[in-house]
Amino acid sequence: MPVQCSNCVQRRAVLKRPKTGHSLCKDCFFWAFEEEIHQTIVSAGLFNRGETVAIGASGGKDSTVLAHVMKVLNERYDYGLSLLLLSVDEGITGYRDDSLETVKRNQQQYELPLKIVSYEELYGWTMDAIVKQVGLKNNCTFCGVFRRQALDRGAMMLKVDKICTGHNADDVAETVLMNVLRGDIARLCRCTSISTASDGEGAIPRCKPLKYAYEKEIVLYAYFKKLDYFSTECIYSPNAYRGHARAFLKDLESIRPSSIIDVIHSSETLSIKEGVKMPVQGTCSRCGYISSQALCKSCVLLEGLNRGLPKLGIGKHHRLHGKILAQEPLTEQEEKKLKPVNCNCRL
Amino acid sequence: MKCKEGTAVLIIRVNDAFCRSCFKEYFIHKFRAMLGKNRVIFPQEKVLLAVSGGTASCSMLSQVQEGLSREAPKKLRFVPGIIYIDDGGACGRSAEERQRSNALLKSIFTETGFTYFIVSLEQVFSLPTSVLVPGTSDPDPSNPSYKQAVDQYIKEKQTLTEENVASAVAQLNIEDSAYSPEHKLALERLFSSMKTLTAKEDMLQTLRSHLILHIARENGYSKVMMGDSCSRLAVKLLSNIALGRGAALASDTGFSDPRYGDVVIVRPMRDYSSKEIAFYSRMFNVPSVFISGLDTKTHDKASIQRLTESFVTNLQFDFPSTVSTIYRTSEKLHTVMPPQSQTAEPASKCLLCLCTLDTKVGRLYLICLFFHFSELYFRLPSHQDLKTLLCYSCRLTIKDMVSLRKAQNSWVQSLRVLHSSNSFWYVVDDMASQQCPAVSHVMSYKTVFFHLFL
Repeated sequence: MPVQCSNCVQRRAVLKRPKTGHSLCKDCFFWAFEEEIHQTIVSAGLFNRGETVAIGASGGKDSTVLAHVMKVLNERYDYGLSLLLLSVDEGITGYRDDSLETVKRNQQQYELPLKIVSYEELYGWTMDAIVKQVGLKNNCTFCGVFRRQALDRGAMMLKVDKICTGHNADDVAETVLMNVLRGDIARLCRCTSISTASDGEGAIPRCKPLKYAYEKEIVLYAYFKKLDYFSTECIYSPNAYRGHARAFLKDLESIRPSSIIDVIHSSETLSIKEGVKMPVQGTCSRCGYISSQALCKSCVLLEGLNRGLPKLGIGKHHRLHGKILAQEPLTEQEEKKLKPVNCNCRL
Repeated sequence: MKCKEGTAVLIIRVNDAFCRSCFKEYFIHKFRAMLGKNRVIFPQEKVLLAVSGGTASCSMLSQVQEGLSREAPKKLRFVPGIIYIDDGGACGRSAEERQRSNALLKSIFTETGFTYFIVSLEQVFSLPTSVLVPGTSDPDPSNPSYKQAVDQYIKEKQTLTEENVASAVAQLNIEDSAYSPEHKLALERLFSSMKTLTAKEDMLQTLRSHLILHIARENGYSKVMMGDSCSRLAVKLLSNIALGRGAALASDTGFSDPRYGDVVIVRPMRDYSSKEIAFYSRMFNVPSVFISGLDTKTHDKASIQRLTESFVTNLQFDFPSTVSTIYRTSEKLHTVMPPQSQTAEPASKCLLCLCTLDTKVGRLYLICLFFHFSELYFRLPSHQDLKTLLCYSCRLTIKDMVSLRKAQNSWVQSLRVLHSSNSFWYVVDDMASQQCPAVSHVMSYKTVFFHLFL
């Protein structure tokens, strides 16, 4: 006996919603999904009229769905925003060059202007070259830090007011779990805010309209709407620490589907003791980007890469920052600690 | 490693090797340091030790015994009692098994010479509703600070003789394992109405703590000591995050848990990893009884708590610092205390777990939206009232009971009956007004559970 849609009761149900387990027909599902995102945007006050918003587009399912939904909601509810796509080329062959083709196709389909910034032009290094130097274990740090800066630099070039990214509920929940496992209190209290705090100078606020949307629902939406997206994982991802948090989260979801939202709720309501040392926001003395230390992370990482000491940014070497700033050469002992693991030279 | 003389017999953490005597000293020292650093146990205070029969709580018991028997200047200075809760009814153990484990534990307890209480979980239905109301914790103005209290005690000790203390301790030992068949049935129905193991474990935890709280209050115990070890607490922290208990994380896993007001729960074993406890109890023959629980012999994905336990244990294998990192994270969290002013309204508390309600914050509109969307199809108007009394995660536990019963007609019938009967609305109305429910007017604890949820 075919199951009827729980909402309209007229049409046949075609899917079961992962978030709530209800059986819905296609149109009711689209409506529910888009409505939730609309409520997210409105209640959190993410956008104001007349703003220019850059959508971080990677060609994957999250950013494709985000671009589509933003366009639809902008027209339906008349947000008054002007949208454009911003994409980052990390230089990973076999992954990023293919996904960029998808983004270019998206540009045509949604009729939105597109800008691509690449690591090569900003920093002089591609991810493939970085992985050759660093190895397979800590390279996600480099990619993430560089990409954040690249997005901000690109947005500044385009002179937009806000950036929005396609981080979904699963991503945020994984980040929370990862921060608990790694003991990173500072990030733990920051990672659940739906938009980054906007300070006066320079930094463009970033927001996550898809924060409460499940990854499974995004996939279902993209599938049923027949959206064009690129669906392969980054080739370096299996060795990341995040993989453990992700496996745990997927198991949790199979036991209780609401656990993803529960994790996000927990992180929103937890409070930190007074007197715990928290980083203070300042600016980097070399490039002027926001940073909590004297030198921002990407300057440190770049310095390490350029000098052939890739471990400079991984782990705690605060005392060396002063030396780097002053351009002094490091002592031999310090250099030894920072060399990559399987280096064969006899220094 | 420490004395550099004796041969090392075990390795703790990654590199620390200990010989037998150094290990014993290290273990004992840690316990006393934990109590001394957080100065919450005052001299001559009555402290209830919650023993589950497992190695951690039995080690705690032996530490307390050890501490009380030492030479005078370093003696621990409180009056202990022991409580054991027999939850066989909820876990599905037979009556003979329960008798057997009770007898074993009784023999362990009588050896220690402390007052003990052995209660069965079924007794939870005969509790007064005052259990659900947090006691006042206004500090008595004449109550001195910790240091002053200790000084005063040392002065008085000249006059206090040993015999007085001993006779006070050897009073009635309660073994109250008798329970009425009605209660037994009620407990079984309560637990079988929950389909997921997660909700069952959560509910078991809640009922256990209510019972302990009641016994503590009735017999004048102002502190309760739990035997949670570091590894156990790390798992608890993660699973509480997964259950949505973010607001109460600090009280659930911190050293002291002040949410009940007059009775404070402390966790002196929170610095010990399971490995250390296991080694200690093996090497120094700490008597303990293994009692199977709700999640014994279940597979990894049976419940959230079980999954978290296997996840943390596996991760610990690859990254040995996982448990201690999680432990340190829990130390940095804040125990949110409700405002103590007499004039302003006290912050409302969850009905079941008695922590501050965390669902009134504006940005959580979306969480409520999620519930709204999901309950759109359940159409349960009467449960609107109940929801406002519970915190986020208790709502989830109750939802688990309710949503699966929806399919059964009998539940709908009983809901109609409850709709019409005055008792339901009486309880709900009274509790909804909430500010200080007059205990005499509200029906008994049993009614709350029996009629509301079954």
